[in-house]
Amino acid sequence: MALIDFHKLKISHKKALGGIISIGPIILGVLLLVSIINVMIPESFYTKVFTGNLWLDALKGSLLGSLLTGNPVTGYILGNGFLSAGVSLIAVTSFIVAWTTVGLVQLPAEALALGKTFAIYRNISAFIMAIIAAVLSVLILQIL
Amino acid sequence: MNTKNKKSSKGKWVFLGFVLLLLLVTSIVDAAKIQPILKLYSKTLLQIAPIFILVYVIMVLTNYFVNNNSLKKHLGEDAGSKAWVIAIVSGILSIGPVYMWYPLMHDLQKKGVKDRFIATFLYNRGIKLQWLPMLILYFGLKYSLVVLVVMAVLSIPQGILTEKMIQKIKLFNHKNNTLKF
Repeated sequence: MALIDFHKLKISHKKALGGIISIGPIILGVLLLVSIINVMIPESFYTKVFTGNLWLDALKGSLLGSLLTGNPVTGYILGNGFLSAGVSLIAVTSFIVAWTTVGLVQLPAEALALGKTFAIYRNISAFIMAIIAAVLSVLILQIL
Repeated sequence: MNTKNKKSSKGKWVFLGFVLLLLLVTSIVDAAKIQPILKLYSKTLLQIAPIFILVYVIMVLTNYFVNNNSLKKHLGEDAGSKAWVIAIVSGILSIGPVYMWYPLMHDLQKKGVKDRFIATFLYNRGIKLQWLPMLILYFGLKYSLVVLVVMAVLSIPQGILTEKMIQKIKLFNHKNNTLKF
């Protein structure tokens, strides 16, 4: 029996390459969008929205991350853009966690597959956990 | 599914077109801002380009070693703490769009796998191993590890919370229906 299944490896390579190529336009677009936003929007705008309140910033970040959707890497790029614009780490963290775990856009598909009740309550609990995850992560980072 | 893929593929190009249009509008409104925008854009592109080689390697490995059948075999067994570990690890290692996993999750749900494990699996899909190099590049190793570990740990109470809320609402609906008759 061969140690490596080359047929399987070829399929894995095709899937991986296809996956990267397929998100290419999104990454190019998001990077350009973030560059435009970073240059055009002054830092004072973000400091007005995110006031520095621990829980409130986490809540706002989680709300924003839940409403928007996309590939995780898009969320990281946007999150980094927010951070360099002066948004607090707690808001950026809850934004990233909610971006990757709450799926309002996918909610109808999730409801069809797993049931309306499951989809709604899974997303609500993921939203709550994004806030808790952000607060916990920043507290741990402060200790380390 | 094909129509969905075509729509999503078209959507990506529409999005890129929209951003290019925005750049064009910006150049008309404030031409002086174009140079700093393009400078920042090319700097970021050059910064992330090498990371994609690492992303590709991780994606090949996860595609090679993880498949739907192995997940079905292990998560299908309601094995207490073992099932938690399997739900977390398989969620982290699962790749591709989430809707690809819905049929399997639906199947597991029908076979009696508890909602808490399905919710935990879906939550851990937020931890994308193949994009970890990108997260590290932007936020550093310490931050990335802390956030991912916190997410993996919190996925357990998240699964339990989801299941408790579902049970409560089902009980509430059942009581209301009983009162009506």
